[in-house]
Amino acid sequence: MCGIAGVLNFDDAGADPDLLRRMIQTVRHRGPDDCGIHIDRNVGLAHARLSIIDLACGHQPMPNEDRSLWITFNGEIFNYLELREDLIRKGHRFATHSDTEVILHHYEEKGEDCVKDFNGQWAFAIWDSKNQKLFLSRDRLAVRPLFYTTCNGVFLFASEIKSLLRHPGVSREVDRVGLDQVFTFWFTLPPRTIFRGIQELPAGHSMTVQNGCIKSQRYWQLDYSPASEIRKIGRREEQEYSEQLLDLLVDATRIRLRADVPVGAYLSGGLDSGIITAIVRRFTNTPLKAFSVTFDDPEFNEAPYQEEVSRFLGTERHEIRCSYDDIGQVFPRVIWQTEKPILRTAPSPFFILSRLVREQGYKVVLTGEGSDEILGGYDIFKETKIRRFWGVQPDSQVRPLLLKRLYPYLPILQEQPPEYLKAFFHVNAEDLSNPFFSHLPRWMLTSRIKVLFSDDVKDELRSENCYTELEANLPEDYYRWDSFCRAQYLEAMFLLPGYILSSQGDRMAMAHSVEGRFPFLDHRVVQLAALIPPNLKMKVLNEKYILKRCAEHLIPRSVEKRPKQPYRAPEGKSFFSNGRGRDYVEAALAPAQIRKTGLFRPAAVQKLVDKFRRGLAIGIKDNMALAGVLSTQLMVDQFIEHLMW
Amino acid sequence: MREELRRFIIDNFLFGVEDSQFSDDDSFLEKGLIDSTGVLELVAFIEEQYGIRFQDDEIIPENLDSVNKLIQFLNKKLVPAA
Repeated sequence: MCGIAGVLNFDDAGADPDLLRRMIQTVRHRGPDDCGIHIDRNVGLAHARLSIIDLACGHQPMPNEDRSLWITFNGEIFNYLELREDLIRKGHRFATHSDTEVILHHYEEKGEDCVKDFNGQWAFAIWDSKNQKLFLSRDRLAVRPLFYTTCNGVFLFASEIKSLLRHPGVSREVDRVGLDQVFTFWFTLPPRTIFRGIQELPAGHSMTVQNGCIKSQRYWQLDYSPASEIRKIGRREEQEYSEQLLDLLVDATRIRLRADVPVGAYLSGGLDSGIITAIVRRFTNTPLKAFSVTFDDPEFNEAPYQEEVSRFLGTERHEIRCSYDDIGQVFPRVIWQTEKPILRTAPSPFFILSRLVREQGYKVVLTGEGSDEILGGYDIFKETKIRRFWGVQPDSQVRPLLLKRLYPYLPILQEQPPEYLKAFFHVNAEDLSNPFFSHLPRWMLTSRIKVLFSDDVKDELRSENCYTELEANLPEDYYRWDSFCRAQYLEAMFLLPGYILSSQGDRMAMAHSVEGRFPFLDHRVVQLAALIPPNLKMKVLNEKYILKRCAEHLIPRSVEKRPKQPYRAPEGKSFFSNGRGRDYVEAALAPAQIRKTGLFRPAAVQKLVDKFRRGLAIGIKDNMALAGVLSTQLMVDQFIEHLMW
Repeated sequence: MREELRRFIIDNFLFGVEDSQFSDDDSFLEKGLIDSTGVLELVAFIEEQYGIRFQDDEIIPENLDSVNKLIQFLNKKLVPAA
């Protein structure tokens, strides 16, 4: 895991080594162990290394034998040993034992299609000097980041946006359509980012820059077509799916333990991280240390379950306790890492946790990320099922009562009178045929905070419709899929890369030079999960049913049976106490500062702030509004008004 | 009372933004004025402001879902029992 950066001058002017040095220096937190630059006339590659595999010989940028190919690579190819053997049989000779060199040789063998054989998480660029072609690629689910832009005849790419801003010609402006998207979906729709003119390579895409042309193409797609065919599933088929899933998860975990440094695991106290930890303990000989985050506030704390799993598996566990104060304190640094507004504080504890991991001498952690998306764990899938069930008989008095079973961890929602629950999750004929049926309540609720946008922003967005742009990003078959599968696609292909893996994942871990590895996101597991019929992923309203079948005897029964507890962190109380906001909060949200930024209405933000000062903000919407406005203001301050480096 | 109720709705659910026009008959739910927890804030405000207590079966859209419905409900509730 590392940081990468590079430039290509379209006019054949020599690549600027100082610029490359500045760019890579900006992401040294991603790779503090080593650093390198390679320049070939108009092309420059740079690399900051976090040494994990072949510690002695993995220096990058790395060439092939005849030095016609050079690579800068962030990530891991977990099946590199198998590919390496195959390549050696085909006559390739290796100078190192690194996965980086495997990419180069496999590119020699298969060209751009090489990525289809990779099992891993990657963002890389290969300079193919014979063909004068820069080839860039990003893994199937966009675990590793890759941003790019062009300015003044220069193509620039990097692991983080802040590196691109090192070029003095790159403009620093908020993309207001991107802002609209974050304040609706929680993510920007790739290739769009929150910075105008700066783009990211979408999940499952590669890109070439050649003869002044930039072309990107999809090499992988998540397909739910087979799972959408309605059919009856027998006990035997259920058993087969369960066995296949466990076999693949064991292998996905096994190859993710490949490293020349010790590997740790995040243990949340839930099913997913518990299964991964159990697989390491039961199916491998790898010693494992577990890391957990706990909260002062019992509403969010999962320590008892973490202790139970840890005891059951006999794993040494380290924990860090987060207070409101800790979360509020690190928030500005969190935004420096996320490089986009966020509507929750949930990344902050991950920032704090990765610091603990690093202090304990670990660089690599396994986590259970991705399971909820691919195996149907989130309540939004339940919500979709209930609302659709209700939609069949909209006048039923009984069907909407199932909504009470949703979100058991949100007491405030549980207190809703039934009549209101029915109204909030309203189902009508028009909504039932909406391609985003599953996500409409969430997105409509989130959109309400856009009332805070300034007149200027509203005017600019008047002709924009973020749903149209999202629709243009959907696969053709999407409209033929079952509503459960559609909901899964939206979560797995958009929210997962656009928020979970980036703002909560890569950026928080890499802030302290820690690499996350995700066995559930092994593409073989993802593809099998996509084949499994929805009624096996969620049997009636029992989420992740097929995974629970796999987990029998692997984790404590109480953890297997516990109600789903999504990871959350405290919000408003982290920023306000005793009627006053933290100093930086008061400064960022002061009317003069809001006016200067120009994105929000000063008076409306003041109303919001007053509500928090007086301790009257209790709703989800208020908390999202606060986190959204505050993070946007901090981002503008850190990236546009001042440059922090 | 009408102005007080409108003020509360605008300040609490629209962050004081008054150009989001809504009439006294507009449904708070359909207009997206109240989020899933907003109704509890509304109930708490009315109880405190007008010194009444809501019964569970009174917390329904028929009583709370527009300014006019609120006024109708409050008028009934505030009439001293004969």
